[in-house]
Order: sequence, then structure tokens, then C-alpha cells
Amino acid sequence: MRLLRLVVTRAAFYAAAALFACFFAVPLVWLLFAPFDARANLAVRLPHPFTLANFGKVFANAFAVRALFQNSIIQAGGAMLLVTLLATLAAYALSRAPIRGKDMLSYGLVLFSSIVTGTAAMVPLFLLIYSLGLIDTQLGVILVFTGGLLPAAIFIMRDFVDSIPRSYEESALVSGASAWGMFRDIALPIVRPGMMVVAVWTFVNVWGGFFVPFILLRSPANMPASVAIYSFYTEGGTPIITLTTAYSLLYTIPVLALYLFVNWRYGFRFFGGIKS
Amino acid sequence: MPERRTILPLRTGLLFLAPAAAFVVAFIVLPFFWVAVVSFTNRSLTGLGALHPHFVGLTNYLRLFNPSTFLQPGQFGSSLLITAQFVLFSALIGQAALGLLLAWLFYRRESWVKETVQTLAIVAWIIPDVVVAFAWSAFLDYGQGTLNHIVTAFGFHRVDWLLGVPVLSIILFNTWRGTAFSMLLFSSALGSIPPSHLETAEVTGANAWQKLRDIILPLIRTHIVTDLILITLWTFNTFTPFLITGGGPAFRTEVVSILTYRIAFKYFNFGSGSAIGMIMMLINLAFALIYLSLLRRREGTR
Repeated sequence: MRLLRLVVTRAAFYAAAALFACFFAVPLVWLLFAPFDARANLAVRLPHPFTLANFGKVFANAFAVRALFQNSIIQAGGAMLLVTLLATLAAYALSRAPIRGKDMLSYGLVLFSSIVTGTAAMVPLFLLIYSLGLIDTQLGVILVFTGGLLPAAIFIMRDFVDSIPRSYEESALVSGASAWGMFRDIALPIVRPGMMVVAVWTFVNVWGGFFVPFILLRSPANMPASVAIYSFYTEGGTPIITLTTAYSLLYTIPVLALYLFVNWRYGFRFFGGIKS
Repeated sequence: MPERRTILPLRTGLLFLAPAAAFVVAFIVLPFFWVAVVSFTNRSLTGLGALHPHFVGLTNYLRLFNPSTFLQPGQFGSSLLITAQFVLFSALIGQAALGLLLAWLFYRRESWVKETVQTLAIVAWIIPDVVVAFAWSAFLDYGQGTLNHIVTAFGFHRVDWLLGVPVLSIILFNTWRGTAFSMLLFSSALGSIPPSHLETAEVTGANAWQKLRDIILPLIRTHIVTDLILITLWTFNTFTPFLITGGGPAFRTEVVSILTYRIAFKYFNFGSGSAIGMIMMLINLAFALIYLSLLRRREGTR
């Protein structure tokens, strides 16, 4: 009787696990096969005839190549550098300097950033970028992303900095280091894992972001991959399936690679803010 | 708190903080007030409204809440109702319940099965918006889509997902897209429960459901609240359904973020768009305040 129950429980567990695995995997299977299929349609099927020509055609589209290998990298990389640098400095100050009401400040920051977000925030952000004369520039996109991602990045970083024992810095102070020197030589090397996490998180967010560049950019020469993907459409407005899927795959690979890297290096889990 | 030596002098600290503060003021605080101001004007991108925007008082708000059109398709009230359904079913029920179920299913199990399912959920969560939108457009296609292949394989009739049941489609999509967050949050919450709590229950012969209801859920209550509020905020503001349905057919999937986009950036009617944006931000504010007060109450009791 006990054995039977054990078998039934195990079977139910594996059945449920298989069901959930299918739920998450099945919508993506098409995306894995279609890029290699010379005659891909919307149905899932093994590539027949198998081909790599779709990727060749994607690389022949200079506009899309530039979007992926230049503009997306400039925008995601630019925002990544800015966010990581500013968040590290700010989090260090919030953790180590005697700023009055700094906890209120951290709360207020999170509060405000969760209110001024998404489409609703895009109206004033568009007007701001417009009045700065930065419409249709990559800098405008970088600034808007940086502003939006900074509060959460500071929150994550502060958690990292707070977890570092203060004794290293205290002994550095005793030996007469300046504030900047101590930050550079002692604190920075210790918070590097936190900076890596913030950098990857920012990069992936901007890399995948559609709405901000869609609204702020006009000329094809500035478009990132998330918008340029719509160039693989026919005149009639339907996607050329072989090319959109091939481009999608190329565009997704960096995100998956970064996920694997973070998972291998630090373990993919939650940092800061949301722990217990 | 023990007396601690100051590591960073106040002045240097403020210097470190200044660049980030400038960004936050310019791109978060200023826009909040700016959108309020613009919502009382007839500002537009082109034409007279661009050069000389007028103060129009509550006109934009009155138009949004005009009782004779409020609930018509493509209007604010109708959009709010669609959004409420979308948030309730895809976030509060879909993502949170499925996330909890997944976390609980793999609780105290380390195996390749757990790794596989969790990785698949995470992949669905992290790949770019436009890519998942393509994948789902194909998945839901009436004639060739995978979902209809599955449905007919089980002997049912094809369903016209995107035209017949569009709201259900974006609910399914958003559940699929965002469950990983709740799953990860609940997994880490479950991991923090001391094993002794459950061992006591096992000795007294509690079954799995009783353990979940009487021990696990009360212990992770604050995590559940955190999760519900965050995913509500995100789902309320998400624009991704636009990439699958464009808000259609006939405005049936036009959640408020898509409505804002249409008014502000397709018609370039910034005044009206700002009024909707303002109301969205006030709703966000309500969610965020509830969250912060719960968070603080929790810290008070500790």
C-alpha cells in the first residue's frame, strides 16, 4: 500500500513536471527550427530542406546587421556603463556616508521609479528628450534607459555594499588612505560581483527593450535590433518568416549567453530587496 | 546601533551620490510633475498645440470620464476593464499561482527535472519582447499554429485564438512570460523555512495540502504580498501585448498602456495622453504605497 502510494506520487510528480516543461518550451520550439528551414511557415516541423542560407540573407541586410552589431551594442553597452558606474558610486555613498534620511531616500527612490514607468512615463520623457534636442539620437535612448534602471540598480548595489564588512576600509583609513583611494583600491574590488550582476541586468534590459527606442528614434541608421527586426517584412506587412526567425535567433543568443554566464559564475538567484 | 567610525565624509558621499541623483531628478521626478502639467493643456507634436499649447483645465480628464462614451470600445473605461481582467487573470492568478505551484513542486528536491523546468521558465522570462511576440504570434496562428495542432490532436475544434478569444490569448501569453519571477521568489522563500517546522507536521501526520496551507503559506505570507504587488505593477504597465495583437481586434486587447501609446504617440495628442498617463501613475502610486506600508509594518514587527 505504501509502495503503491509512493509510485503514484512519483508518477504524478513527473507528469506534472513534464506538463510544465512543455508549457514553457513548446511556444519556443518553432523559433529553433524555422531559421534553418528553407521553406519555413508558422507550423513547427523539422527543417526540410535544412539550410543556413537564411542567416546569409540576414547578414546581407546591412541595416539589420548594423542595428544588431552596432546600435544595440552601443545602446545596451552605454546604458550598462552609466548605470553600473553611477549605481556603484551612489550605493557606496548611501552605505558608508552619514547622509541623513538615507533610508527614506532609498524608499522614495524605489517608490518613484515604480510609479514613473512604462508607457505612462513615456509622454513626459519624450517631451524631455525632445526639448533636449536628443530625439533620434542613441544618447537619448541611453539616458532614458539609465534614468529608468538606476533606482533598482542602486537598490541591488546597496545590498551588496552593506554586506561587506567595514573593517577593510577602516584599516585603510587608519593607514591614511584618501576617500577616493580607499573606494578605488579597497571597496571596488570587493563589490565587483555586485557590479557584474548590475551590468548584466542592465545590458539585458536595454538589449531587449522595444518601446523606448521605438518612440525616441526615427532614422533607420539609429535603430537597435528590437526595432530593426520589423525590416524583415514584406511590403504587405507580413513577416518573411525565414528571415525574422533567423534574426530573432541571432538577437537572442547574447541574452542566453549572459544568462548562462551569470548562472555559472554566481548562480541565478535573487539579490537584494526581495530576499526575505 | 553601535558607534561606528565614519568611512566616507558627508561631503565626499554627496559627491558620489550627485550624478545618480541628477539622473533620478531629471528622468523620474521631473517627468512625474511634467506629465501632470501637460495633462491640463492641449499640447500636441504638430500644429498649433505644439507651438502654443493652451491651458484647457480639466477638459482632457472630463473627456476620459465622459459617461456617454466611457465604456465604448477604444475608450478609457473599456480599456481599464480589459486591463483589470488582464492583471487579475494573468498576474494574480496565472503567474503567482503557477509560480507558487512550481516552487512547491520542486521544494526540497534537487534534480535535473527541477533544473530543466526552472531553466525553461527562466528562458521564457528573459528573452527579448519582440522575439517572444513573434514566437507567440506563430504559436497562436489559426491555420498553422502549434497550439491548434495540439488542440486538434486531442480531438477538439480549432480555436481562433487571436480573433476569437484575444483577451484569453494575452492572458495565457503573459502567464507564460512572467511566471519565472514568482517561481524564483517563492523558491527562495521556501528555502528560508527551517526544516524543523515541517518535520513536526510530518510527525503529526499532516498531508501535503495541510502542510502547504497551515505551515508554508503563513510563513511566506510577506513574500506572497511582495510578489503580488510587484507583478501587479509590472503587468499593469506592460506594453508587450501590443506586439502580438496591436491592441486589436477592434480594441479588444487595448490595455491602458496601449491606449496611452495610441493617443499620445499615434495621434500625438500629448494632452490627452498625459491625462491617461497621470491616472496610470496614480494607480501605480496606490500599489506602491500599499507595498511600502506592508513592507514597513513587517519591519516594525521584527
